[in-house]
Amino acid sequence: MRELSLHILDALQNSLEAGASKVTLTIEEDLRADRLTITITDNGRGMDAETVQKALDPFFTTRQTRHVGLGLPLFAAAAQRCNGELTIESEPGRGTTVRATFQHSHIDRAPLGDMRSTLLSFLLSGRPVDLHYVHRVDGHQFEFDTAEMRAELGEVPLSHPVVREWLSEFIAEGERELVAHSGTATNSGRTESAR
Amino acid sequence: MPKLKSLEDLKRLREEAQKDLKVRLKTGTTITVGMGTCGIAAGARETMQAILEELRKRGIDAHVTTTGCIGMCSKEPLVDIEQAGYPRVTYANVHPDMVPRLIEEHLIKGNLVEEWVFGRVTRD
Repeated sequence: MRELSLHILDALQNSLEAGASKVTLTIEEDLRADRLTITITDNGRGMDAETVQKALDPFFTTRQTRHVGLGLPLFAAAAQRCNGELTIESEPGRGTTVRATFQHSHIDRAPLGDMRSTLLSFLLSGRPVDLHYVHRVDGHQFEFDTAEMRAELGEVPLSHPVVREWLSEFIAEGERELVAHSGTATNSGRTESAR
Repeated sequence: MPKLKSLEDLKRLREEAQKDLKVRLKTGTTITVGMGTCGIAAGARETMQAILEELRKRGIDAHVTTTGCIGMCSKEPLVDIEQAGYPRVTYANVHPDMVPRLIEEHLIKGNLVEEWVFGRVTRD
């Protein structure tokens, strides 16, 4: 996939399929250490040790609709070719944590890409799931929790057109300000300040 | 649209949205985009963004949502349009440049774009 945000969307969709009601997505860009870490934690149904071992096999899936499961293997391959790795921790009934690490300045690292579209696609799923999002770049951060938004909105869903527009602007502005404050090319494949 | 920066603004949005909430939930249009791995790889996220943008430009009040893989991976991005009183129609291989015509024909003129239709379901 040409953007890391597409891998992230795919991993978030896995959390939805696992029946999660709470998902935390943390993107940590440590430019001094030259590391990019993406962590997705959910409270979905989780996996036993045997399933976790098979999760990176592209010819394994728990789905009934098809015979391949390419999402996590592709995410792992993207991390591995940038001096990183993808790890999975999971426990049945408790949830799953997927963590992918990258060398931030690696020439093969795809850009983070369009996080607004990724987050919006996830939030419009219509499932009863909340997202805690944290994007940190060298001490600066953009953070929100949809549980707080829902508390303000009452019975009005996040997918209501008026709220959807607000969310889109809110996320775009948060990401823009993060880039402006951190003064880095966070969305490029390489980071000039990493050296 | 005015710039909205804080969660406080959601209180005002809540009042605005509540006015038509019941009507919308009963009679609205729902557009569903397949967002499994296959859909994402085929460009479903961009298709969904194009749909949201087209709805915004035309001032169309429709519910947009996503679903996972339904097993027809080669037909992704798949887009379902459901309107009260009409069959649910599934369009296949919908890319962003097809969206303006799809919205114009299906939602505004009430015509199916037959050459893009993959299936339809009539509900009793």
